[in-house]
Formats: sequence, C-alpha cells, structure tokens
Amino acid sequence: MITFLINLAKNIFSVFLNILPILVVVTSFQLFVIKQPFPDLAATISGMIFVLVGLFLFIHGLKIGLFPLGEKMAFQFSAKGNIWWLLFFGFALGFSTTIAEPALIAIANKAGEIAAEANAIQHTSKSISNYAFGLRMTVAFSVGLAIAIGVFRIVKGWPIQWFIITGYICVSIITSFAPEEIVGIAFDSGGVTTSTITVPLVAALGVGLASSIRGRNPIVDGFGLIAFASLTPMFFVMLYGFIIY
Amino acid sequence: MELLYHSANVLLGTLKDVSPIIGVILFFQLVIIRKKIDNPGRLAYGFCLVIIGLAIFMIGLEEGLFPLGEAMSRQLTNFSFLAKGNAAILKEIDATGSVHPSLYFWTYVFGFCIGFSTTIAEPALIAVALKAKEVSTGAISPWGLRLAVALGVAIGISLGCYRIVIGSPLHWYIVAGYLVVIGLTFFAPKMIIPLAYDSGGVTTSTVTVPLVAALGIGLASNVPGRSVIVDAFGLIAFASLFPIISVLGYGIISEQIAIRSRKKSLRKA
Repeated sequence: MITFLINLAKNIFSVFLNILPILVVVTSFQLFVIKQPFPDLAATISGMIFVLVGLFLFIHGLKIGLFPLGEKMAFQFSAKGNIWWLLFFGFALGFSTTIAEPALIAIANKAGEIAAEANAIQHTSKSISNYAFGLRMTVAFSVGLAIAIGVFRIVKGWPIQWFIITGYICVSIITSFAPEEIVGIAFDSGGVTTSTITVPLVAALGVGLASSIRGRNPIVDGFGLIAFASLTPMFFVMLYGFIIY
Repeated sequence: MELLYHSANVLLGTLKDVSPIIGVILFFQLVIIRKKIDNPGRLAYGFCLVIIGLAIFMIGLEEGLFPLGEAMSRQLTNFSFLAKGNAAILKEIDATGSVHPSLYFWTYVFGFCIGFSTTIAEPALIAVALKAKEVSTGAISPWGLRLAVALGVAIGISLGCYRIVIGSPLHWYIVAGYLVVIGLTFFAPKMIIPLAYDSGGVTTSTVTVPLVAALGIGLASNVPGRSVIVDAFGLIAFASLFPIISVLGYGIISEQIAIRSRKKSLRKA
C-alpha cells in the first residue's frame, strides 16, 4: 500500500515536472516583464489542472498496459527473425501509435481551423475535421513507413547518415514546389509525431533489434528510428498539400 | 448539459484514436505470436485509463494550454507593451503600420526560456541521456547532452519567433539548417550521429508542442502584416532541427577535448 502511494506520488510529480517549467517562466514573465494581471486566470488554471490529470492518467495507463506488452512484443519480433513480419510490425506500430499521439491530434485540429479561417478549405466543422483527419492519416502512414525503412536499415547495418541526407535533399526539393500554406505545418509535423506513445515503443524496437543481431552496436544502430519518423512526415504532408490546395 | 455532451463527444473521439493500437497489439499477439496475453485484466484497465486520460487532456488543452500560449503572445505583442509608454514609438507604429523587429525583444526571450526550461526537465530526454551514457560506457555525459539539447531547442524557438516577426520564408532557414547538419555530420564522432538525429524528435513533448504552436499562432495573428496560414507554423520544426546541430557540436567539442587531454597526459609521461 505504501509503495503504491509512493509510486503514485512519484508519477504525479513526474507529470507535474512537465508543467512546472512553463508555470515558472509564465509567472515570472507576468510578474516582472508584463507586470499586469493574467487574463482569464481562473479558466486557464482549471484548464491546466485538466492537462495535468489527463496526462497523468494517460501516461499511467500506458505504463501499466501498453508499454510492457509493446516492449515485449518488440523484443520477441526482433528475436524471431522473419524480416517481412518484422517490417510489417514496424509499420503497424508506427502507424497506430501516431494516430493516438495527443500532440498531433491537437495540432491537426488547429491546422484545420486555420486553413478554414484563411478560406483554403470550406468553413464547416465537417471539412475541418476531414482536413485534420487526412493530415493525421498522412503523418501516421509516413511514420509507419519510416519505422519499416529504419528497421530494414538496422537489419542491414547501413549507415544512417546516407538515409538522412537523402531525405533532407528530397524534402528540400519538394519544398520549392509545395503550396506555401502547407510548408509550415509539414515541417512542424516532423517534430510533433514523435512524442509520448511513439518514442518509448519505437526506441524499444530499435534497441531490441540492434542487441539481438550479432555484431551490432546498440548505440550506433539502435537509435535513429525516431530520426526517420521525424523526417518522412515532412515529405508526405507536402504531398498531401498538393492534393488539398 | 452541454459540457456533458461535449465530454462524451471527446471521449468517443479518443476511443477512436486509441483503437488502432489495441487492434495492432491484439492482432500480433493472438494471430502472429499466438500466445495468450499475460494479464488481460491489467491491459484492459490500462487502456481505460489511456482513453479517459487522453479525453481529459484534450479538454485541458482547449481550456488551458492553448489559451495560455495565445494570451502570452497577445500580451507580448501588445502595442502599448512594446512601446513601454514611449509615445513617439506608439505614434510611429500608428503611422507606419509596422513594428521594428527589435521591439519584440521580450518575445524572443520568452521563446528561449520556454524552450530551455521545458527541455531540461523533459522526462523522455532524461531517459535517452541516461541510456546514451550506459551504451557509450560513460563517454557521453547525461548533463552535457541535456544542456546541448536544451540550448538547441531554446535557440531554435527564439529564432523561430524572430522569423515569424520578420516574416521571411520558413524553408530558407530549414534548408540552411540541413546544410549545417550535413556538414557537421562529416566531422562528428560516429557514435553521436544517430543520437543527435534522434534528439531532434525526442525533445518536443506533448505539453510543449501545443504551447509552442499556440505561441506561433498568436504571434502570426498579432504582428502586423503576418498571415496566420503562412507564418504561424514552424516553431516546432526549429525546435526539432537545432538540437541536432547542438548535439553534433557537443560531440565534436567533447571529442576534441578528450584528444587534447590525452595528448597532454602523453607529453607529461
């Protein structure tokens, strides 16, 4: 019982640690720089409490259910050795974790509202949610693809920099053709995708793979999946932009 | 009543968001691995928490985090705040309809502080830093890595705010950043390269992303002459790109230091 309570307190504190720096910075700016009462203080505080409680339940739920099972599966698959199943598992893992990523849901909705306000898409809640959903599916597909490519790279042991540099070149080329309305959100989607759910599971897959293949160094080969997952969405979201605009 | 309806709607949405993971886990566990799930009750309980937690978080985002970011950017870009009671500056803003970029000084500082503080406390980064120390047998110091990443994010967001204020195209900065990354890759120790590439994606957490996005949207809608759809996004891209540069730089510098101290001790011997 006591260990349970200690664990609970620890978990709450670690979520609070996410918000604490923001509180400190915002409060000191409000007191020393802006020197004015914060607008809508009560609503914002209650909203932040929702963020804290929601994030705590979310992460706690992941830790007791999904993470142990997902990590075990990642290790089992990497030990099993059938490359096709492994690639398919990598794709499915990347795709499904990205769909549930909270930051991506939030950003996709915002992007939809902004596109509607600029009259780039129709201003109805239906077309906004369609836009947001399409964006998330595009990103999820690209993360799935990235993980599959990344797994293949680890199995083959090819150096990561050639993939990344090629990716950069592709992104730079497509940027010069892409509609300017999509460029910002496309570049952002790279960083947004890899968060709370995706990072732990994907990292487990990478390190599991690199340690189960002989002659692989976990640090050189195990890391790098996340980098792929932040790169491919930029390219595919710009393609999505060609279709939308 | 409306709140209840709204909450039920959000809950239904998160159920949809989480269902692909449940599907993937069940499919691979039952069809491919063909083993029973060890503790199905615990897994189901975990998923319930995930769904409820995500729903509460999404409501909190709408009510707390987005308004916070937007309020900060509104206050920091307010004309009378920018002019600091200097009537001449206020008059000039009125007359020209534009604001000199240097007047947004505190916005850049705010971006820097938010980037630095949230990154240095980021649990995912702490985990990666410890793992990196472990697998590099101590060659990569966790504090050095965290500091490098946090500085990268801070400079990234700060520069990103400046870009929104002056309104130059995002891709110039990104492509230039890519060139720097490619250049540094050739000089960086091999061991740090994948870690550096990963650190870009790891840093931007679930709490930081919405806040930073709201900051960008607020800036683009309040700085005169900027368009929200073209200028608002891009801060997160900066926050993911600059840590790659700073971690590669950290790798190069710490390798040089190690070589130099080795030479010194050789000379002494």
